[in-house]
Amino acid sequence: MPLDSTLQGKRDFKVVGTRPLRPDGIDKVTGRAKFGADATAPGMLVGRILRSPHAHARIKKIDTSKAEKLPGVKAIVTREDLPDHTDGDALLYDVLYNIMAREKALYEGHAVAAVAAVDTRTAREALKLIKVDYEVLPHVTDVDEAMKPGAPILHSTIFTDGLEPKPKKPSNVVRRYEFGHGDVEAGFKKADIIVERTFKTEATHQGYIEPHACLANVGPDGQGELWVCTQGHFMVRDTCARLLGMDISKLRVTASEIGGGFGGKTTVFIEPVALALSRKANRPVKVVMSREEVFKASGPTASTSIDVKIGVTKDGRITAADATLRYQGGAFAGSPVEFGAMSAFACYDLENARTIGYDVVTNRPKQAAYRAPGAPMAAFAVESVIEELARKVGMEPIDFRMKNAAREGTRSSYGPTYGPIGLLATLEKAKQHPHFKAPLSPNQGRGMACGFWFNFGGQTCVSLNVNSDGTVALSVGTPDIGGSRASMCLMAAEELGIPYDKVRAIVADTSALGYNDVTDGSRTTFATGMATILAARDAIKKLTARAAQIWGISAEAVTWEKGYAKPAGSNAGNFPPMSIAEIAAQAGATGGPIAGHHEYSADGAGVSFATHICDAEVDPETGATKIVRYTVLQDAGKAVHPSYVEGQFQGGAVQGIGWALNEEYIYGKDGRLQNAGFLDYRIPVCSDLPMIDTVILEIPNPGHPYGVRGVGETSIVPPLAAIANAVSAAAGVRLTSLPMSPPRILAALDRKAAAE
Amino acid sequence: MKRPPTSQPTTSSGATAREDGVFNRRHFLVGTATSAVLPLSFGTTGVREAVTDAALPTQVPSSSVALLVNGRTHRLILDNRTTLLDALREHLALTGTKKGCDHGQCGACTVHLDGEPILSCLTLVASVEGRAVTTIEGLAQADGALHPVQQAFIDHDAFQCGYCTPGQIMSAVACVEGDRAGSDAEIREYMSGNLCRCAAYPNIVAAIRAAKTEVRS
Repeated sequence: MPLDSTLQGKRDFKVVGTRPLRPDGIDKVTGRAKFGADATAPGMLVGRILRSPHAHARIKKIDTSKAEKLPGVKAIVTREDLPDHTDGDALLYDVLYNIMAREKALYEGHAVAAVAAVDTRTAREALKLIKVDYEVLPHVTDVDEAMKPGAPILHSTIFTDGLEPKPKKPSNVVRRYEFGHGDVEAGFKKADIIVERTFKTEATHQGYIEPHACLANVGPDGQGELWVCTQGHFMVRDTCARLLGMDISKLRVTASEIGGGFGGKTTVFIEPVALALSRKANRPVKVVMSREEVFKASGPTASTSIDVKIGVTKDGRITAADATLRYQGGAFAGSPVEFGAMSAFACYDLENARTIGYDVVTNRPKQAAYRAPGAPMAAFAVESVIEELARKVGMEPIDFRMKNAAREGTRSSYGPTYGPIGLLATLEKAKQHPHFKAPLSPNQGRGMACGFWFNFGGQTCVSLNVNSDGTVALSVGTPDIGGSRASMCLMAAEELGIPYDKVRAIVADTSALGYNDVTDGSRTTFATGMATILAARDAIKKLTARAAQIWGISAEAVTWEKGYAKPAGSNAGNFPPMSIAEIAAQAGATGGPIAGHHEYSADGAGVSFATHICDAEVDPETGATKIVRYTVLQDAGKAVHPSYVEGQFQGGAVQGIGWALNEEYIYGKDGRLQNAGFLDYRIPVCSDLPMIDTVILEIPNPGHPYGVRGVGETSIVPPLAAIANAVSAAAGVRLTSLPMSPPRILAALDRKAAAE
Repeated sequence: MKRPPTSQPTTSSGATAREDGVFNRRHFLVGTATSAVLPLSFGTTGVREAVTDAALPTQVPSSSVALLVNGRTHRLILDNRTTLLDALREHLALTGTKKGCDHGQCGACTVHLDGEPILSCLTLVASVEGRAVTTIEGLAQADGALHPVQQAFIDHDAFQCGYCTPGQIMSAVACVEGDRAGSDAEIREYMSGNLCRCAAYPNIVAAIRAAKTEVRS
């Protein structure tokens, strides 16, 4: 794609980089913003879902006859109402199986049946009247247990891929991955010091405050509408249409305002069920998950077990790095272990590197993406060993990292060779930061860590319409989960040379634009932003052509500057500059509406790196940890709206703090989740946290006209390790299991005392 | 299946009381549900089935409640178990107040009762009769002028997704007006019942700090 990346660094931005107020601000402070559960429709029914109380059970029979007779019940759906239209698409079949159990319930909370009734109480009553005959089966929820011979097998169809020869017996290991280069065994022979450790992390939830919600409305002609909180309404449309055997054209999906996603709203859960209920009842049906359902039946992240072995020479050069990662991703294939294995050593310039990943299924809800899926756990393990090695060779951890850091030209551990990247810049900046030299009090420790994320481009389609008064209506197809509408307005305004408030961006419904990939992979400001820029340039071409037409000169003789068409030079003619408003006002007479658009598969998403510094204080009496200071330094390529970039840095760090210290899925021996609520699954609150300081670095991404890199995910990669390194320093003992909750810290302190 | 019309109105029709308190059954649903795609609507209460159609399975104990919300009295006939949150959202179409957990653990449903912040998901509507409820929709002036805390949340970008924001703002107003914003630590402590997963906490604290000055001046 031809981009004027030559302009990078030289470009004098007028509006990009400023911090205007967000266009959805008033709506969000007055309660006017409409989220998933805020829509109603005439004749609307309430949908509720019956869920398996068992972690693993064969569903022998579902008897809905009593529930059907309950007055006020308008429709009941079970697996019978969702026949298999997946046509051999294994991934889609898993989605179908996940949204409504088929022969077996595979986790506690797995949907078994659903009811649409006139109100919530009737729906709830009806669920109680559905009789499900289960044959309870042995279950497994731990990743290491699930890999052992003799573990209860979830799917008789899984024979581990990536092994030679292919196994003949089914197992819970879906696939083995391997990445790397060089010869790690030879590398370890050159090492003077080798550290080898095993780490465990528990599953966490994205914890968005808005539960999944949708309003489905299917008419007797088979046409449907869906209002839903999602990170990708085009994905919802295509998935639901295929699962329900509908033409895609017959389903129109509108994305509501979204109350947080963090990756968790990148797939479907209740949406196909709501549509099936609506189709059967011939009435609109609203389905809203309870918080308990969100915990038990949406898509938390993987729990993991990771071995890391790294060797170094006495002078602190890494000779070999090896890791084996085991991630359970719930009841279906697709844990993020591939990303974990690819990213584990991405921060380092290595001669010999190898990562092996195992994707494992267990009797837990199928994981969904969670902010840089798979990477934070891998970084926790690797960066913990890096810190330990630095101490062993007698180097400051930051110097050790700088000595071994990946840079432009480094062959990454997952394959590609890096272009211009910002890792060293974040390390250098960290070293100069006042945080780095601040004194520590007793029981406090300082840790740091680096992190990497790939970032993504993806399918994108944008439409930019110049209104008759010269203002601009911008339609994008990527739901705004963190302020992207403002960023899009900034980029359109920058290109067109008009004020920010003359552009209004909306997230258009699926009938208005071509397909857009989900808002994920930190892709929106990059990919939708680039499409917006290119759509604006397309519009400028048309605007200048119209001006040329009005002036009676050649289109090539007209340029665009600061919102005005101008003759390119004196020999083009002597015409006063014509504003976008003046051109737009004459559009009807000069050829009709003026619009720019762009559709493409965005390529060139620049990878991004961050360095985090954390000070933690551990109370040796209680094992409680307080984060006393935290600093994020990250490469944003170009910060389009710096406030939102800072918000992403802080948000990722804080979610990492929760993951590192408190948050975990706790399963009982019965395979049931014991803490499906915010009281027992504790996410960080205001009083838990210090100010999270941020430093934005701008090392332009050559793949974007302004140099933008995605920023939303990298910020959650270093925190687990940075905090573990800080806590380990404060406690005087290495913590290798997350979360570092008080009982785990006290146990570690006891082990240390016993060893002394 | 038909049941004799009950003399005691139930939740299925309870939201349709007229403001003068006379119960008014609605029967206009029939026919509308057959059109292919119905428009989504906002700002109006979701219309429920007429009681003769709904014919509830069980007789639900209900009460007539006079609910004073944002300076206006609404007469509702509601199931006794209805929470204030559900009454606001489902019967008065005041969807600005959010449900995040329904168990008093997230703070998204915070409203004011006689000026004090409460969790509307843990409050039965029958228990607040005659007392003044203020929701996020009732915070701004009638002419649209924002409360200083609302303005400060915009100015300081004190949210990312905005879902917890109504609850945060209701708590923040109480924090400022109750003189509990003496220091950042006090603000953080006071606001710790309102979860923000986007972690806009630094900006929330900054907004409250700024609003305090504004309210005092």
